[in-house]
Amino acid sequence: MRMAKKVKVYALSTCGWCRKTVEWLKKNDIKAEVIYTDKIEDPSEKERVTAEAKAKAGKLTFPTVVVCDANDECVITGYDPAAMEEKLLK
Amino acid sequence: MNEEELKAKASALRDKLDKEAREGGYILNPDADMTGFLCEGLVRNIERYGYMACPCRLASGKRAEDLDIICPCDYRDPDLDEYGACFCALYVDSDIAAGRKEARSVPERRPDEKERAAARAPAGASSPEKSAPARGAGGMKVWRCKVCGYLCARPEPPLKCPVCKADKDRFEEFTF
Repeated sequence: MRMAKKVKVYALSTCGWCRKTVEWLKKNDIKAEVIYTDKIEDPSEKERVTAEAKAKAGKLTFPTVVVCDANDECVITGYDPAAMEEKLLK
Repeated sequence: MNEEELKAKASALRDKLDKEAREGGYILNPDADMTGFLCEGLVRNIERYGYMACPCRLASGKRAEDLDIICPCDYRDPDLDEYGACFCALYVDSDIAAGRKEARSVPERRPDEKERAAARAPAGASSPEKSAPARGAGGMKVWRCKVCGYLCARPEPPLKCPVCKADKDRFEEFTF
């Protein structure tokens, strides 16, 4: 049985690779919190989320996928099905 | 804008970009699903920001700060050279277009905000060794398109780059 992992995706609603990432997660029945950064209306909240995404990945890039479990946090940038498979399906 | 309007505008934009790409020696991604979705994003960004900001990057809403990510962005050609696709995979090389290679997500090469602000500062502000502006015949200024590198000697940059169709404000004075 797979360990429960928390998945958070920093995405843009207009980005093709973000869409593919979200579709991959759905297809593999993985629950994820998807934040469409471009849709955040409150400027200070947008800034906070942007800074958070940047801190995780080291730079601002979409999609940024953060996979957390009890003792590990892994960050995947871009649409990378091989890395997601490694972190989420094995 | 309703869904129908968005689809119609995106389809018209796709046709326009495809024609311009062919004329300039570029290739729009033949993956209709990907390209269609990205064109919808571009239409949304034109509506949101007033300019065609990259659908795969977060625009500031200030054109002067986002000039480098107005599609086609300043990073398209280096990404095409290195990875065969631009950051969004809207533009691809002939191998990807022909299905010999798969388009993949490429790493972000846009410098961070601080570096971009420094680059926008007046020339010479950060580097004491200011390079000399190029001059054409009769002392004419030389302009370089930051998107595709097209050069022309004229008093002002053209309204649009004849090669990649970037707007006038994407040109810089060419220096040695």
